[in-house]
Amino acid sequence: MNKKISIILAGEAGQGIQSIESIIVSVLKKDGFNIFATKEYMSRVRGGVNSTTIIVAENSIDAYYENMDIFIPLSDAALKRYEKNITQNTIILADNTQVHHPKITNLPIQRLASELGNVIFSNTIAAGVILGIFNASQEIMNNLIKNLFQKKGEEIVNKNLEAIKIGYNIGNELKNNKVVDININKTGDKNSLLMNGADAIAIGALAGGCNACFAYPMTPSTSVFTNMANYSKNYNIAVEQVEDEIGVINMALGCWYAGGRALVTTSGGGFALMTEGLSLAGMTETPVVIHLAQRPGPATGLPTRTEQGDLNLALYAGHGVFPRIIFAPGNLKQAFELSAMAFNYADKFQIPVFILSDQYFVDTYYNIPIFDIDNIKKEDFFIKTEKDYKRYKITDDGISPRGIPGFGEGLVAVDSDEHNEEGRITEDLNGISLQMKNKRLRKFKKVEEYALPPVLYGKEGFKNLIICWGSTLNIVLETVKNIKNSDIAVLFFPQVYPLHKSTIEFLNKAKKVIAVENNSTGQFADLIKTITGFEVKTRILKYNGIQFSVEELLVKIKENL
Amino acid sequence: MENIFDRQQEMAWCPGCGNFGLRKIVLSAIAELGLDQKKLVFVSGIGQAAKAPQYMDVNYFNGLHGRALPAATGIKIANPELTVIVESGDGDMYGEGGNHFLHSIRRNPDITVIVHNNMVYGLTKGQASPTSQKGMITPIQVNGVFETPINPLALAISLDASFVARGAVHEQELTKELIKKAIMHKGFALVDVFQACVSFNKLNTHKWFRENTYKIDENRNPEDKIKAFELALKENPYPLGLFYINKNKIPFEENLPLYKNSKEPLYKRKNEIKNLLLSKI
Repeated sequence: MNKKISIILAGEAGQGIQSIESIIVSVLKKDGFNIFATKEYMSRVRGGVNSTTIIVAENSIDAYYENMDIFIPLSDAALKRYEKNITQNTIILADNTQVHHPKITNLPIQRLASELGNVIFSNTIAAGVILGIFNASQEIMNNLIKNLFQKKGEEIVNKNLEAIKIGYNIGNELKNNKVVDININKTGDKNSLLMNGADAIAIGALAGGCNACFAYPMTPSTSVFTNMANYSKNYNIAVEQVEDEIGVINMALGCWYAGGRALVTTSGGGFALMTEGLSLAGMTETPVVIHLAQRPGPATGLPTRTEQGDLNLALYAGHGVFPRIIFAPGNLKQAFELSAMAFNYADKFQIPVFILSDQYFVDTYYNIPIFDIDNIKKEDFFIKTEKDYKRYKITDDGISPRGIPGFGEGLVAVDSDEHNEEGRITEDLNGISLQMKNKRLRKFKKVEEYALPPVLYGKEGFKNLIICWGSTLNIVLETVKNIKNSDIAVLFFPQVYPLHKSTIEFLNKAKKVIAVENNSTGQFADLIKTITGFEVKTRILKYNGIQFSVEELLVKIKENL
Repeated sequence: MENIFDRQQEMAWCPGCGNFGLRKIVLSAIAELGLDQKKLVFVSGIGQAAKAPQYMDVNYFNGLHGRALPAATGIKIANPELTVIVESGDGDMYGEGGNHFLHSIRRNPDITVIVHNNMVYGLTKGQASPTSQKGMITPIQVNGVFETPINPLALAISLDASFVARGAVHEQELTKELIKKAIMHKGFALVDVFQACVSFNKLNTHKWFRENTYKIDENRNPEDKIKAFELALKENPYPLGLFYINKNKIPFEENLPLYKNSKEPLYKRKNEIKNLLLSKI
């Protein structure tokens, strides 16, 4: 059993939850603990209740547990929202002048911060308490504080160093007095990576040759955009915030047409606006990569929460018929690799490629061993054109060599109307028009040949098969590990469309197949039925805007075995 | 003289259409500038005007209705060495593409935007366009247009577009020179061009445009924004010529960090990400 401690920090938006979290997570990770963190926040800039769950563990940890060992509420509202999760084992650490509950172990943070000269130091003190509880390295802690506040001048740095020390001593005392009894060994890899889904997607995209990113800000997809904007200072990447999502996708297509490799990052409503542009990508056979970070709909829905509800949208968006690829990474490594691959596949097949994530996935971070990046390369598929170049040359596999303007002797003409080989408008229905349709249809077959196979976790002789895709992977794997039943295997789909041909063989081998999805209908199970004819009757679904916790999934899977 | 950009093929325009005249003007302008054919890209949306690139020997991106500007900007971002010209109609640019028109002016990519302005929808057969004049009766606006027409020049000047001009098909020489200047200008250059739709606009005919336009005094100072705006508000008759130029604006792509020191197009560039990944330790 993995020894672990869950800490929940909760407070109003603007109270500084994120700064406390970032200090704790960075120091503990650098000190050799295994760390997992995810956040839940309201769609507001001030007030409400936001929270962060930090799990510190002896072995690596990458899945969400709702259990609460240490609860740090910064306000009564925060306490109230999570009161139901308080168990007899929960330790509540709070300032009893601010928060009221009989179980509180008092941390006089406000008074101590005021004594330092400003209540603003409360957050640093709070972070120090947690670090003291874990007996974290004070050297690492102090270095982090220095880096964090360096820009604000020496006085602020020194005050924060004092603040963190005050907190640290309180934490240490709590530990020594066994108020908080923690014994977790620092067995983590200090050279592991600490990143969230948004980091993995953005860096993966760069590894795959992404050199432009266009977007309109929309939660939860914006974090990838923010990363790209930061990278644009030092890397070859053009970043622009466009006036609307329609402009975003058209800018991306123009960019790809002229030899760039653009990423668009968006969420449900924004992507809905892009669907005509998606269809343009299909018709003009212009590559494009779309990161679609899902959140609950319809319409504005729950803007800051999570759901796997837009698989159907990604599958069927865009009028007319054209091939596409949909990747749904389940962990950070896959997010990195599939994002890179998305660029190469988009270019290779001249189609739109989706990276389907969600709020939980992009906002969750944990430490993982460093990726092997030697095999990940930008592969270019465009050609230097000859004088008589034809953009839509009819070929056996449907893929016409793609030229770009200004490279070679040819002219490159693309058209959203049905066109001939030269890219000129045609209405020759039974001639070239039909040949073009058939050319695009042949690409479906080609794309399918390259589909990634589903990944089986567990033994071949399984009786029960749990299928999942995207962000549920780690939670499902962690749950199954806890069930300790060798009859259960997990079949994960890093690519949800097109499906690999082996899919049906796996399904047929199982006595029982259970789909676990973070949506209300089982969209992926429906897709499996449409493509393979196999009906997944047992579906464990969650759609309140929060990801599954390992604890609740454990109960649900056991019920359904 | 043979024009390398000229492409002889059947064209889908009505006999007498203003598009023929503007096509000739554009072909002369790009030939006289001696532009590198390989590095010239036309971008258009949808509409009768947007078919123009089909009838030239050029690179082109014929995209969606209203969406030529973001596509053109994307092309310029991928390769600043390309000369990018948008050819569009009044419905495409000022109607469906209105939002992109506003923000592309703010963004100021180094592109030229030629708008065939015939004050009516041609491809969809005669409905009102954003520049249709009040009172025009159409199959949809059966009691006559009552909405105030958009004034693209005044709008562009109000947003400080870096080059704003109006030509007319009946003023071939003037319009050709305006287009040449627009192409040579660094930044977003708008050339709105009056032309007649012989099939669907019985109000604003070739004759009407001749009688209701006049040439701006060439000696006036086009850098005075207030005066340019005042001029842009003049109607019946409408001024033709260069209204406004702002030589101090930096083109969008030159503001991007990656083009600060080099114009090397994106397809020739690489990123080494090892250190970025290591920064996550």
